[in-house]
Amino acid sequence: MNIGLEHYLVVSALLFSLGLLGVITRRNLLVMYMSLELMLNAANLALVSFSRFNNNLNGQILVFFIITVAAAEVAVGLALIVALYRKRQTAHVEDLTTMKL
Amino acid sequence: MGLPDILFYVFAFLTLLCGVLVIANPFSRNPVTSAMFLVLTIISMAGLFVLLHAFFLAAVQILVYAGAVMVLFLFVIMLLDLKEEERRRVKKFGLVAGLVSVGAIVTIFLKVLLASKPGADLPVPMLEGEPAALGKLLFTQYLLPFEVVSVLLLVAMVGVILLSKKDLK
Repeated sequence: MNIGLEHYLVVSALLFSLGLLGVITRRNLLVMYMSLELMLNAANLALVSFSRFNNNLNGQILVFFIITVAAAEVAVGLALIVALYRKRQTAHVEDLTTMKL
Repeated sequence: MGLPDILFYVFAFLTLLCGVLVIANPFSRNPVTSAMFLVLTIISMAGLFVLLHAFFLAAVQILVYAGAVMVLFLFVIMLLDLKEEERRRVKKFGLVAGLVSVGAIVTIFLKVLLASKPGADLPVPMLEGEPAALGKLLFTQYLLPFEVVSVLLLVAMVGVILLSKKDLK
């Protein structure tokens, strides 16, 4: 059996679910952020495989933009985490309860 | 089964295995290990991109993600000195709720994929994602988004500099 679109989509779906699981279960802000990257990468894989199997280059352009925006997002997010750490000395979600009623 | 098919299974397995080790490593709860396995995930995903003939994106993936983004992550981990992660316990309720909800989502994904058979009536793939074709499209049809993204990078840079100043108001 040849490797087709659905093989890549299964890998992408599993990777996305792994990222989601990481965001839900891990409590460290940095590891949650890495799980977010995992989810973004899963979306990229799905887009590239759609692009390849539909003979359409627009998907790869979109992936290029996603990678750029993800890089900017990581920079801003990590700066926020560092600023938070300076104020609170913690990078744990459970210690951030200011908005709890 | 040709070489590309075998390579697909190798890279897919490596991607998923390293992805699991990013979020739940049984041997170490250190964020540095997670970051290292994320690098491995990204590199094996670049292998998948090469199998999909997206050569330019594979190179960008390694340069930007495995290079720049992960170095940023490692710098921040080093800066924060996260030691106390190791003695925290995982909450049972959160773990069970996460597993249940993610299991439901995986079931939905796989059922949809199984029911729709997305690759059944597609032509033979001829597309080559070489830099010349992508660059041509990027500088003609997608010129405006390209410029907007460069402005976005500038905004992100200014924001990061502002955020990382010592006296945050």
